[in-house]
Amino acid sequence: MQYQKEHYQAESWGYYMPVRSMHMTDPLERVGRLASKSAVVIFSVSSCCMCHAVKRLFCGMGVNPTVYELDQDPRGKEIERALMRLLGNSSAVPVVFIGGKLIGAMDRVMASHINGSLVPLLKEAGALWL
Amino acid sequence: MQSFKPVPTNPELYSHSSFYFRGDDTQTRFADLGELEHSATVFPLDDALDLSPSSIFSLKANNNNFAVVPNTLHYATMNTGPGCLDLGSTLSGTGGEQPYMYHHHKGTTSSGNNGHFENWGDSAVAEHSQQTDTSTDIETEDKNHLRGAQHGALVVVDSNSIEQANGRTGDQKALRRLAQNREAARKSRLRKKAYVQQLENSRLKLSQLEQELQRARQQGMLVGLSGDHGHSTVGSGALTFDFEYARWLDEHQRLIHELRSAMNSHLVDNGLKIHVDSVMTHYDEIFRLKSVAAKADVFHMLSGMWKTPAERCFMWLGGFRSSELLKILGNQLEPLTDQQLMGICNLQQSSQQTEDALSQGMEALQQSLVDTLSSTTHGSTVSADVADYMGQMAIAMGKLATLQDFLIQADLLRQQTLQQLHRILTTRQTARALLVINDYFSRLRALSSLWLARPRD
Repeated sequence: MQYQKEHYQAESWGYYMPVRSMHMTDPLERVGRLASKSAVVIFSVSSCCMCHAVKRLFCGMGVNPTVYELDQDPRGKEIERALMRLLGNSSAVPVVFIGGKLIGAMDRVMASHINGSLVPLLKEAGALWL
Repeated sequence: MQSFKPVPTNPELYSHSSFYFRGDDTQTRFADLGELEHSATVFPLDDALDLSPSSIFSLKANNNNFAVVPNTLHYATMNTGPGCLDLGSTLSGTGGEQPYMYHHHKGTTSSGNNGHFENWGDSAVAEHSQQTDTSTDIETEDKNHLRGAQHGALVVVDSNSIEQANGRTGDQKALRRLAQNREAARKSRLRKKAYVQQLENSRLKLSQLEQELQRARQQGMLVGLSGDHGHSTVGSGALTFDFEYARWLDEHQRLIHELRSAMNSHLVDNGLKIHVDSVMTHYDEIFRLKSVAAKADVFHMLSGMWKTPAERCFMWLGGFRSSELLKILGNQLEPLTDQQLMGICNLQQSSQQTEDALSQGMEALQQSLVDTLSSTTHGSTVSADVADYMGQMAIAMGKLATLQDFLIQADLLRQQTLQQLHRILTTRQTARALLVINDYFSRLRALSSLWLARPRD
């Protein structure tokens, strides 16, 4: 099952996704799988305030994001580590996926919103209907 | 007992400011008096005289006898201007109108001496005695009040020549007056001592402050220089940022001024572009500086102490509000194409939304900090309590660290808003926008200054 989805996931990673081994328990793979399940996916930690800001940003735009609180996930720790490696940030969260595509952390989300590219992305993913 | 008689030929004698050195303005004149040798100079108010270590002149009072023996005194190096001691002739007085004398001399002396004059006059009026057995008193008191070259010099008289004149004794009244005079002189000497002490302290403090300032400037310069290499490892503290911000502001004003003159001279767009680009690049510089400073001292950046008070009042997360920026621009960018108009509207909306999101994130941060700090532990043992306390502090520290993130995000928002504006507008419109923005902030800063300088009722 994972193998079939691999092709789709590799596409959706786009620029960021190196060729990965077909490992069932690969956290990044799991991330990819979760990310493609909904239009807007946010990986967050419940105590993180920047994550809270990102959530409020999307809610303020009228988007209903799917939030995965990694501190409430039994395997959340490895996902956090994987995300940290992926983005190269000092903190793993928040990380935003739109339409299965990785957008990035708060700074990327903000930049894309200001330069006007966020809204079209949201509309394309079906998260906004205006 | 009379006071000394006025000696018209020597009006300047009593204007000698060495009698009282309340003001320091006349002291330099008397530095040369060190050359004065002893002589017998007799004054009734010797106690009132403040004698310096270099003084060789003690003024002794004698019964009705105020003699200044000038012959042995050299005043060659003295100025002969007003207020200078001129002992060209013997002064002998047997009393008389003291007040008159002082009054007479007032007009001929400098204002500094007037003060001295009056002081002397005050104590002189109190005393009408020429009684002196005070030679010893004076000398001991001289020694007590030996201070640096601040005093003008009145020469201490060789006491031998005086003792002969001191033969007579006065009566009780004279003694009492003399004692009062002594007291007054002593008090004034003490006052002067305290004043000089205060001056010395202030001088020390001033030199210390200057040193600190020098050090801070050097430190700031070091950081400014090394900052060009992309890293500032030399303690980028609050002071450093303040210094760099001031420098940035000056440079910014200069660039804006150039832009304005370029606008007014109706350059073709290409020429204008260079100026616009330089202003935009310069903006990038301040955002870079701010991000460095945010990592060094986040509370200083959040406090906005590096801004003027009015700016600080309307500050948001360590700087201006992006959404405000667009409101400032208002209609000044007309005419706009439809596409531009839509772009501006979207920018307004998105910056507003991002601001709100960051604000709410900050509120959440504050709330969680409150929760962390206010949670009480009911541990079974003291050590458990302490462990809980330390744990909570550690959590709180982690939360505080995210303050830096918020500050940096806010600055990024500001930077991106400016850049988007630059993208939407034409060169000329961007130039106008930059000028308008600068005018607004300049006026806000000027308002701060005016407010601070307003007359209080």
